[in-house]
Amino acid sequence: MATPNEPIGALSGKARLAGLLLLLVIACALPFLVSNYRVFQFTLALVYAIALLGLNMLTGYNGQISLGHGAFYAIGAYVAAILMDKFGVPYWLTVPVAGAVCLLAGFLFGLPALRLEGLYLALATFALGVAMPQILKYKHLEHWTGGAQGIVIVKPEAPEWTGLTQDQWLYFVVLACLLVLFVIGWNLLRGRMGRAMVAIRDQPIAAQAMGVNTAMVKSLTFGVSAMYTGIAGALGAIVIQFVAPDSFNIFLSITLVVGIVIGGLASIQGAIFGAVFIQFIPNVADQISKAAPWAIYGVFLIVFMYVMPGGVAGLIRILFGRFQRRRR
Amino acid sequence: MKFSPDRRATLLAGAAAVALAVVAAPATAQKKYGPGASDTEIKLGQTMPYSGPASAYGTIGKLQQAYFKMINENGGINGRKITLISLDDGYSPPKTVEQVRKLVEQDEVLALFQTLGTPSNSAIHKYVNAKKVPHLLLATGATKWADPKNFPWTLGFNLSYQAEGIMYAKYLLKEKPNAKIAILYQNDDYGKDVLKGVKDGLGAKGAKMIVAEATYEVTDPTVDSQIVTLQGSGADTFINITTPKFGAQAIRKAFDSGWKPLHIVNNVAASVGSVLTPAGLDKSTGLLTMQYYKDPNDPQWKDDPAMLEWRAFMGRYYREGDPKDASNLYAYLAAQTMVQILKQAGNDLTRENVMRQAANIKNLKLPLLLTGMSLNTTPTDFFIVKQGQLARFTGTQWQGFGDLVSTVD
Repeated sequence: MATPNEPIGALSGKARLAGLLLLLVIACALPFLVSNYRVFQFTLALVYAIALLGLNMLTGYNGQISLGHGAFYAIGAYVAAILMDKFGVPYWLTVPVAGAVCLLAGFLFGLPALRLEGLYLALATFALGVAMPQILKYKHLEHWTGGAQGIVIVKPEAPEWTGLTQDQWLYFVVLACLLVLFVIGWNLLRGRMGRAMVAIRDQPIAAQAMGVNTAMVKSLTFGVSAMYTGIAGALGAIVIQFVAPDSFNIFLSITLVVGIVIGGLASIQGAIFGAVFIQFIPNVADQISKAAPWAIYGVFLIVFMYVMPGGVAGLIRILFGRFQRRRR
Repeated sequence: MKFSPDRRATLLAGAAAVALAVVAAPATAQKKYGPGASDTEIKLGQTMPYSGPASAYGTIGKLQQAYFKMINENGGINGRKITLISLDDGYSPPKTVEQVRKLVEQDEVLALFQTLGTPSNSAIHKYVNAKKVPHLLLATGATKWADPKNFPWTLGFNLSYQAEGIMYAKYLLKEKPNAKIAILYQNDDYGKDVLKGVKDGLGAKGAKMIVAEATYEVTDPTVDSQIVTLQGSGADTFINITTPKFGAQAIRKAFDSGWKPLHIVNNVAASVGSVLTPAGLDKSTGLLTMQYYKDPNDPQWKDDPAMLEWRAFMGRYYREGDPKDASNLYAYLAAQTMVQILKQAGNDLTRENVMRQAANIKNLKLPLLLTGMSLNTTPTDFFIVKQGQLARFTGTQWQGFGDLVSTVD
């Protein structure tokens, strides 16, 4: 069942289901096989995967470049932190609230941004990303945001019946959110909405002629994308137990863009590969060279782009396509 | 082989001494190890901003690695080599959390040493205390690092902002009891921290000495209007609690407007290169500030033995470091203090004992501190630096004067 989104080498339904189940089993077993510190790292990778899926909807599927998604990540994180710290809201309730706030913020930001195309939109979002840390330090918001000092959050305990450590529990919470959001994303992107998004990316005039409400779809995509990133931000804040303006500088936004390109543009599973890259490669680079870790990181990036121009997901697609052709 | 009577006596005495030691102090003779310590090694961890906006401070971590290399080449501490795992956090708190968790849970360090930055340390404050990992000699001046009641595993290093404020207040009470004080401070935790120190130091009676207060935001373009307001209050003394850019503006404006008060500028904005030179060296002449270690650029320490020793170290072990950068001297002092804590811990290298020793530093006189100064802690007092000396700007450099001032009497 090949669809326009996955033209070559798409897996058959059964094989795909089996593969997904296997992945899920591995993901569930993982926290029992490694140390708590590693569990924490994998949890962060899952958090990034959610954010990357959000950004990929906007950039990969809809063709709008955002260099400021770190701002939505920050908004999500702060909504969760402020609700927990100032209002005593339980942590799991802060996640949907953060998502709703970011959906609205993204939609509103998307309205004026509609007039901007390509690089101009990239610059507008870049402005948002650069401004965010300073907005968070703004004195009239300080009462809520804690200013430059940020907010420390209490780490949620695992319910007693589970017998899990805090880190394992959070891993499963994030994994559950990820599954729900990926299923929603999958349905959204493979349905009418997804086709409209891709159509706008590839042939905006034709899409409009076909009756696609370009403005609405674009703003909605912006909103949903921001919502995913905001939910990731909220989960990230709970996992890290701390938010501060310095956590959400422009580099975070750039990192997210790196993640979707490495993972594979317009690919759902690509979000996971991209997340693993942005979570672990900087550490690997740091281990290789203390003096110039970012130079090593740069080398990794260039090699990845040369070896797999379609991202990790693209490479897998090609390899699988060859494998199938040979079998025939 | 026969022993001569002499040798036998020596042996007997030796045996007796050993026996005595075993009976008298079984705890010290017995080796005890926590995570990160063994017969041959002591593992310490730290996070440093090697990349990112604060990367100028990265030199602190590099110097400390060089310092421990020297210690190891000279036999280590009680025969154990120090391994300092120094990781980059890019001055980003989430990265600090990740790296510190790596240090504690994977590398299993005995203690954390000189983790740098107020936001980064805030991010790990609760975690390290929950994990009961000694979080020692943090490289930040916030006062909250000395709260043994709520955070018994965290102990800062810098002269705290509040302590600095207290010292200015004490100086004024003594030297200028009729001063009419105007204060300008940055409207954030740091500015309020110093201000609180000044007010606490002045006490209830002295509080009347403050005739005007003004604040500014980091986002403000200038502080000119604040200076005009303060001048209008009729104050004759000005305490300038600012960061470098605003410090330079305030110094220049206070001079140009013809106010010319007794002008105290806090240590944060006392750098000759980044504050006084842009403000104008002639306009800065006569400023007062507080110092607690020797300034490598001050000619009076040119032939000071401690300074010569430090320069020799810089030349031999850390040649790429800048000997004009006071951070390199600061880092050296912190490393020496850490070595003292580990020496005091002896063979009981558990996290509990390392923390106990850090909280029981008695009269540690490091030669790079100002003459007569010493470092002290007790289990209820985690402010390690409690003294300093006022310095006056001569037009070319800071020159210390007067006795040491202390936060405690």
